[in-house]
Amino acid sequence: MTFAEIKQRSLSRWETKQRTDKVRIIVGAGTCGQAAGARAVLRAIQASLAKHNLDASITQVGCIGLCYAEPLMDVVKPGQPRLCYGNVTPENAAQIIEDYLLRDNPRPDLALGTLGEGNIPGIPSLKDHPVLGPQVRIALRNCGNLDPRDIDGYIANGAYSGLVRALSMKPEAVIAEIKESGLRGRGGAGFPTGLKWEACRNAPGQPKYLVCNADEGDPGAFMNRALLEGDPHAVLEGMLIGAHAVGAREGYIYVRAEYPLAIEHLNTALAQMHDYGLVGDNIVGSGLSFHLKIKEGAGAFVCGEETALLASIEGKPGIPRVRPPFPAQAGLWGKPTVINNVETWGHVSAIMQKGASWFGGYGARTSKGTKTFSLVGKVARTGLIEVPMGMTLRQIVYDIGGGTSSGKPLKAVQTGGPSGGCLPASLLDLSVDYDSLAQAGAIMGSGGMIVADEDTCMVDLARYFLTFTQSESCGKCVPCRLGTRQMLMILEDITAGRGTPESMELLAELAESVKAGSLCGLGQTTPNPVLTTLRYFRDEYEAHIREKRCPALVCKDLIQYYIQPEKCRACMICLRNCPVEAISGGKRQVHVIDQSRCTKCGTCMDVCPEKFSAVTKLSGQPIPAATPAERSVWQLG
Amino acid sequence: MSDTALREILDSHGSESGSLVPVLQEIQGKYGYLPAEAMIEVAKRLRVDEATVYSVATFYAQFKLVPTGKHQVKVCCGTACHVRGGSKILDAAERELGIGAGATTEDREYSLDRVACFGSCALAPVVVVDKDVYGRMTPSRVKSVLDDSVRGGQQE
Ligand SMILES: Cc1cc2nc3c(=O)[nH]c(=O)nc-3n(C[C@H](O)[C@H](O)[C@H](O)COP(=O)(O)O)c2cc1C
Ligand code: FES
Repeated sequence: MTFAEIKQRSLSRWETKQRTDKVRIIVGAGTCGQAAGARAVLRAIQASLAKHNLDASITQVGCIGLCYAEPLMDVVKPGQPRLCYGNVTPENAAQIIEDYLLRDNPRPDLALGTLGEGNIPGIPSLKDHPVLGPQVRIALRNCGNLDPRDIDGYIANGAYSGLVRALSMKPEAVIAEIKESGLRGRGGAGFPTGLKWEACRNAPGQPKYLVCNADEGDPGAFMNRALLEGDPHAVLEGMLIGAHAVGAREGYIYVRAEYPLAIEHLNTALAQMHDYGLVGDNIVGSGLSFHLKIKEGAGAFVCGEETALLASIEGKPGIPRVRPPFPAQAGLWGKPTVINNVETWGHVSAIMQKGASWFGGYGARTSKGTKTFSLVGKVARTGLIEVPMGMTLRQIVYDIGGGTSSGKPLKAVQTGGPSGGCLPASLLDLSVDYDSLAQAGAIMGSGGMIVADEDTCMVDLARYFLTFTQSESCGKCVPCRLGTRQMLMILEDITAGRGTPESMELLAELAESVKAGSLCGLGQTTPNPVLTTLRYFRDEYEAHIREKRCPALVCKDLIQYYIQPEKCRACMICLRNCPVEAISGGKRQVHVIDQSRCTKCGTCMDVCPEKFSAVTKLSGQPIPAATPAERSVWQLG
Repeated sequence: MSDTALREILDSHGSESGSLVPVLQEIQGKYGYLPAEAMIEVAKRLRVDEATVYSVATFYAQFKLVPTGKHQVKVCCGTACHVRGGSKILDAAERELGIGAGATTEDREYSLDRVACFGSCALAPVVVVDKDVYGRMTPSRVKSVLDDSVRGGQQE
């Protein structure tokens, strides 16, 4: 079959599905939807439909990015726009079905808004929604809209038209177009994609390989997972285009094992592509042959680094090697190899579908196009977003994210994960592009963006990152293996109140040496969270060291839990819930924590009824002298 | 450990060294860990040193060299979960199960592990029990989530 015939068939199948007189119900069932309880919602929908004898189709889609409002459920009545409900519970899912389908009441009180064309009185359009409004969704164009298990929907909506266009061009022309688009790698380093492809195409040696880096090691980032789960075809089409441009006949997708749903959707997509002749030998009669295999990672952060990843595919421990030679010259089994990130491949297919100048029309001067971010941490509207590069941090965190979730002042934004940096609130007007972030000491990274508020301790955050990178260091080179260990020990000392005035200088000195001396990107970037916190949050280090005080009240060794006697209503709740029986008191008797037994688990603070809020944390100050009421408790106890 | 099951796994993969990680993954999927005898057999079949198999098995966090529990409880310790109190969730799970991270209960019902990130960071903190993902966790919810797993998880 030619592609035109395939497209015709997909279009008619897709349109039949769209045009049915049946009600369609769409549930966001990506990993995050499931984590929020989407499966219980699905069961409730099925039960309610059965109970009222209603006929409706149920589609499960990937993540639309409004994760804070998960679980999401959309209802499309014939002739009506798609109506989206957020924070759905099993109970109100059943209620929505009854009210909207039986009584024609769309429940504006529960609705987030409508998607696409048309409107329903009293319900806003999601086009104007603060989260979706400012976004430009290129890589995520289909996520949350189409059923990832059904290739027809994608083909009907333009998938593989970029491939067909590429196949009508000479490989060199395809590379020139990618170069012209200004696309830079989305995996972290931001290397120009077209240049990488050209180097590989021109490198001697056959066969050539393509690799998709879906290891997504940054803990706190899920852009790649969402894209693979929601639109595997965007990535796979990009790889086919790359195969034609570079002259590769074989490729690998290296996915971390923690993403089972992404792997499942990739496998389904590949099987359907096989049936349609879109992968394998002589793709849609063009003469291009390309075979793809999926490799599962086995839990090692360093395997996201390209040379380690290639070693891992070869069946070895994922230990990086010195570059050059770069993979484009000598990669998998010593052959020229292009390795690109999931999102990079997703952009490639969009560029070939719509053209380089269209793509280059978005973004900043040296950072063209859009970038996806996972906006998480202490931010009100957590989720997955895609915005033109050059937007400011403030626009992202406040306009889209709605500010901090606690309503407390924002302290920092962390970008780039364990390799990135912590930017203070004073830099909120920084433009988010490769160069501005690097200048501020952070990096773009793959798109993790973690918001910290006043209750986040920056020294603890630096210690957290070092704990991670220290244990993930592969151990090959000394600066990384031993340097990260020593840095971690200093940070542990500081957070435990054992820091000395020299600790900060020593830490900074070590950080610079590890950065300069390490073999691969892991060691070279591991010091970034430490260096940026030292630079922007020095006062917090000093409070820990000089006053033995944790200003954010986080570091366990520097805080004490204390029940304020004037607020305690002696309700016995904390006393009964304390796992180590460290609280004494009784009915009508103020409760008191025995500091020598307290393990600082925080249970008392969690369970103390909000109307009392009697439990507080203290740091850098002694527990107030006992009041008479407290003393009487001691005497009894 | 049945020899036929192991043989089937080995037969279904080629003998090139690139198969080492997938073969070990399948063995672990079958037995829940990598028995020493199986690793020796793998070395013979793929014609690599036993030391190579061992170095791969100990390099990747996924591989376990000792048997694990019937239910796998994994607490996310990624950045998003950390800033939203993930360590308190881990504390609660450790208290509830009476074991530390990385250990297995004596009755072999539960293994407890810390994991870097499940990619559900927007719903932090996150716990995964077997195949079920639980978001927006609180320390006091840990017990009910564990009870859930005994009843067969969230069910389809
Ligand atoms: C420690 C370390 C971890 C990395 N992890 C990832 C990752 O998870 N995903 C990714 O795409 N790139 C990762 N990279 C970057 C890759 O080495 C490589 O630059 C990238 O896959 C190239 O693709 P791109 O040009 O499309 O960005 C990592 C690099 C280092 C040093
Ligand atoms: S940080 Fe916990 S799921 Fe990503």
